[in-house]
Amino acid sequence: MISPGKKKLKLTIRVWRQKGSNERGQFRDYLLQGISPDMSFLEMLDILNEQLLDHGEEPVAFDHDCREGICGACGVMINGQAHGPDNETTTCQLHMRRFQDGDTIVIEPWRASAFPVLRDLIVDRSPLDRIMQAGGYVSVNTGQAPDGNCLPVPRHDQESAMDGAACIGCGACVAACKNASAMLFTSAKVSQLAQLPQGQPERAQRVLNMVAQMDAEGFGSCTNTYECEAACPAGVSISHIARLNREYVKASFCSTAEPTIPMK
Amino acid sequence: MNEAMNNILNSRVPDGPLSEKWQNCKNEMKLVAPNNKRKYDIIVVGTGLAGASAAASLAEMGYNVKAFCYQDSARRAHSIAAQGGINAAKNYPNDGDSVYRLFYDTIKGGDFRARESNVYRLAEVSNNIIDQCVAQGVPFAREYGGLLANRTFGGAQVSRTFYCRGQTGQQLLLGAYSGLMRQVAAGKVQMYSRHEMLDLVVVDGVARGIVCRNMVSGEIETYAAHAVLLCTGGYGNVFYLSTNAKGCNVTAAWRCYKRGAYFANPCYTQIHPTCIPVKGDYQSKLTLMSESLRNDGRVWVPKDVNDSRLPSQIPEDDRDYYLERRYPAFGNMVPRDVASRAAKERCDAGYGVGDSGKAVYLDFKRAIEEQGEQRIREKYGNLFHMYQKITDENPYHVPMRIYPAVHYTMGGLWVDYHLQSTVPGLYVLGEANFSDHGANRLGASALMQGLADGYFVVPYTIGHHLATANLKPVSTAHPQFAAVKEDVENRVRKLLSGKGDRTVQEFHRDLGEIMWNQCGMARSQVGLESAIEKIQELRDQFWNRVYVPGVGEELNQQLEQAGRLADFLEFGELMARDALERNESCGGHFREEYQTEEGEALRDDANYAHVAAWEYTGNDSTAVRHTEPLTYDTVKMTTRSYK
Repeated sequence: MISPGKKKLKLTIRVWRQKGSNERGQFRDYLLQGISPDMSFLEMLDILNEQLLDHGEEPVAFDHDCREGICGACGVMINGQAHGPDNETTTCQLHMRRFQDGDTIVIEPWRASAFPVLRDLIVDRSPLDRIMQAGGYVSVNTGQAPDGNCLPVPRHDQESAMDGAACIGCGACVAACKNASAMLFTSAKVSQLAQLPQGQPERAQRVLNMVAQMDAEGFGSCTNTYECEAACPAGVSISHIARLNREYVKASFCSTAEPTIPMK
Repeated sequence: MNEAMNNILNSRVPDGPLSEKWQNCKNEMKLVAPNNKRKYDIIVVGTGLAGASAAASLAEMGYNVKAFCYQDSARRAHSIAAQGGINAAKNYPNDGDSVYRLFYDTIKGGDFRARESNVYRLAEVSNNIIDQCVAQGVPFAREYGGLLANRTFGGAQVSRTFYCRGQTGQQLLLGAYSGLMRQVAAGKVQMYSRHEMLDLVVVDGVARGIVCRNMVSGEIETYAAHAVLLCTGGYGNVFYLSTNAKGCNVTAAWRCYKRGAYFANPCYTQIHPTCIPVKGDYQSKLTLMSESLRNDGRVWVPKDVNDSRLPSQIPEDDRDYYLERRYPAFGNMVPRDVASRAAKERCDAGYGVGDSGKAVYLDFKRAIEEQGEQRIREKYGNLFHMYQKITDENPYHVPMRIYPAVHYTMGGLWVDYHLQSTVPGLYVLGEANFSDHGANRLGASALMQGLADGYFVVPYTIGHHLATANLKPVSTAHPQFAAVKEDVENRVRKLLSGKGDRTVQEFHRDLGEIMWNQCGMARSQVGLESAIEKIQELRDQFWNRVYVPGVGEELNQQLEQAGRLADFLEFGELMARDALERNESCGGHFREEYQTEEGEALRDDANYAHVAAWEYTGNDSTAVRHTEPLTYDTVKMTTRSYK
């Protein structure tokens, strides 16, 4: 039950401020009072921004859009954790009831050399789009498709493909990884399409190209620390990385496919 | 006399019987030869289902596409948030579905206020959409035998909804986005993310380009093309609180309206019955719980007004399953407008539950008893998870509390059968146009329409325009581009000069309150008249007192929001005016003066069986109302009954 009498929180917000990509950034502390535990984390940032505007200061820039955990726009490091302390939860779905009165909350942008800061908490995640451009699709033009039921897909394959397809592309896996690796993101798409009959014709080419692009963007390698899985708001499992590795080895040694994207 | 005043809305509906119209249209349209397509540039604004599917399809055909979105990636457009599913007339469950039935349900669901020919075409291409998405690797739910699964949605008595858990919109959008990314890699699409369209450039009466603001550098940029496709979604955020993403706005459509595109039926807004109720004055948005939940969830309130027991302590006999009681044929699966009004009726009568009394229960107890918690988890796991995150309650054990919220807008820019607006060369797709849902949209139809427009309609019709319009070469060096750019720069400068004492968000909340109270689920002449006055006052106040920090040449989110709100403050008035002029109740538009004794919507087919299309005349308060009569040659207009 939402109880009306919950105690309001008084918080110190320590947030990264940086005017632009080429400017130096710094942490700034702000005091916030009267925060309802039922507020979402982003609503708390809204209140902070209204307070800053009241004082004639520039508000904190942060990416957000759907505010229901599906678009992948939002995402910040909260006390050192990507998307904060809750399991399988985006920043917008995190609620202030997870914090105690008097807490100091440290908020930073995603940290990765492949994700330059644009302003305050906003980073440039376009490398993820480019990984998709390298092969995260089935080459089928509009109008070419046969009947949807002409290829049965075993239910467990479809469910497992859906587990990978659920990735929201937020970049938390990169931010959580000490190597800033994008392996979980890349593997989610490779794994989805490798398990579906529609993905078979380009299966080898896809994995080689997506991995080549991932490397070219400056993401690090995977050293199996599992932080990505812990941070992933969509519950994408590192078993997809295992499948990515299998797919990569198979494509490298057992197929004639060559990456068309220059290797790093 | 103003030339546009004489403009008769020509819907260009092809001849022939309903079921042959689209084929006839395709047979007669002029084509652009394959090797000539590369000579044409097309601008696509917005990368949701309609925009991404159109951009990818046109690029595959050989056109040069420039695609724009305000998000940091095309994959984040708000189509992604659609949960429940997409309709198609496949009849895989063998339950008697057909193209005609899907067409009829959609026309009836829209309360006979949609264009018959467009809706029939929508139903016709629905099956191609499923095929296309499956071929892209969209992981639709399947039966154990490996074939596609279906579920039931509101307003239908067949199972025709395809779904991917509770993330159907996400998966369909990622399918279209992957096609788009493939074309970016092929060099056929230039992608401009973090770009916001701020105006349309019309040269010699034809749409030839746009003016954008680069949201990172702040630069005002111009782009020229042979045609412009507007796929910019709906205007639900005029209410401030809605289920739309925070960035959704009317700006692109509104700028086109001001350049000559008529705005049709702005008063038709959909209030979705199953959303998580409002809980505090800090609330920034509302969250939808998919309509698919009503397949297994039962809606009820206590029978006794003063019953303050916990829901688990209220026995069956003391519960009023009011949808099952009032509408036995459709039960919990009545269309959205009917379910929303029924919830409002119970809450207004004092039966509402929760702290605010503005909520009803959506109960899964029986479904869990019958099917087991695991099965329910498989079907709705992510929705239950989301509900628990927001409310801190476990819906497996406690019934959900839900209340209606603004969700979708059926109104939009007027388009003909080709999806062309009243500005030649400006095409409008998806939620941004008005065409297919009439006064109320059925569940699982928005995804269908967005993809139908983008994959299977505009790729044909745009060719006809390019082949017949005799377009002269136009580049951004044309003086009209400089003129429109200057308009935009002046506007940005004016916004930035706002150094008053109130924030954009404060004004947006005020506007939302006016719209929700007077132009929301129930409307009246008195309320609408006062709303128009209040909006005008608020608009004046906005320009005198708003505070917009910073400068234009930087990433400035307050400036972005201020620009969008300024347009909402103009648009809100048109919306109220449209609601005031429509003296009937139909679908999502409910005028208190026009209802049956049982409180059902009372249509006036003799006087209002038409589309209202508003023309901008240079002043925010004197738009001219044109009408396109709606004629039904195949179906008979009836009173909707779901009893």
